[in-house]
Amino acid sequence: MAENAVTTTTGESTAALEGLPGVVSDWSADKQAFPVPWGKAMMWIFLLSDTFIFTCFLTSYMNVRISTTVPWPNPSEVFALNIGNQHIPLILIAIMTMVLITSSGTMAMAVNFGYRRHRANTTALMLITAAFGAIFVGMQAFEWTKLIREGVRPWGNPLGATQFGSCFFMITGFHGLHVSAGVIYLTVVALRVWRGFYDRKGSYETVEITGLYWHFVDLVWVFIFAFFYLW
Amino acid sequence: MEQAAGHAHGEGQQHPVSVYLWIWALLFVFSTFSYLVDYFHFHGYLRWTLIITFMVVKAGLIVAIFMHMAWERLALKFAILVPPLVLLILIGLMAVEGAHTFLTRLTSFLR
Repeated sequence: MAENAVTTTTGESTAALEGLPGVVSDWSADKQAFPVPWGKAMMWIFLLSDTFIFTCFLTSYMNVRISTTVPWPNPSEVFALNIGNQHIPLILIAIMTMVLITSSGTMAMAVNFGYRRHRANTTALMLITAAFGAIFVGMQAFEWTKLIREGVRPWGNPLGATQFGSCFFMITGFHGLHVSAGVIYLTVVALRVWRGFYDRKGSYETVEITGLYWHFVDLVWVFIFAFFYLW
Repeated sequence: MEQAAGHAHGEGQQHPVSVYLWIWALLFVFSTFSYLVDYFHFHGYLRWTLIITFMVVKAGLIVAIFMHMAWERLALKFAILVPPLVLLILIGLMAVEGAHTFLTRLTSFLR
């Protein structure tokens, strides 16, 4: 693995160790610990902190759902839609899940094209990703409107346990905020790609960093979908 | 070889497009499975086991492939993936606390 050679403080080039010895040498060798662009390491650390925030939300939701003596509203019915004459349970959330996964796929392809220096393809795929994100937020706005019209409030609702409303608005609201911020972030970076900013900079790593954020938004939705909508 | 060691270079993570397409397809399949768990009204432990299984598989695929964690060095994997494990302690404590509150409410308010 000559490509993995790292330079030690003494200037000599040694092959990077793998596995656990690699962890020890990366963290203790008096050098940069993570051989990735600094922006990528910082994005990962930001996402780590975000993981803690979302876990706190989901944990508080678990706590109030366990402790309530009033029956929890059935999400399958709450989020059902009548399409034509068909009453389909949870269909809105299923479509939102598919939209977000589609956007994750287009983002992964954008990163791939970015590293191949396909400027047009990268821009187009990032804008498509942003468009899917905007569609997701739009569907969420529709979902909120529907529930608010049905009388769901953070302090109570006619469907069952009072805590349902507060958990719903807090968790999906915070996730929706992340998606909205991601749409703006993606659009800004996509326009920079289009203008050739990263060609002049000589690196498309920003596209991958943006991708990390976007995939994380999808990742959080996987957990929200499982614990809030399916449980 | 250049793909396997790509992370050490300026050109970053480069992997065959087919890898992404496969993972993309798998995510659709597992999301559909998750939805079908609800559609077919599975209940109890079967439902919870299936939901968690599909959730973990999807999360793993996203982190490992789409977020390229599978190709990062172990030091970065540890720095990012190990700290969230302490959240399991929080979840465990809050589950116990929630059950206690539930029992207290039963004995105090529903006599």
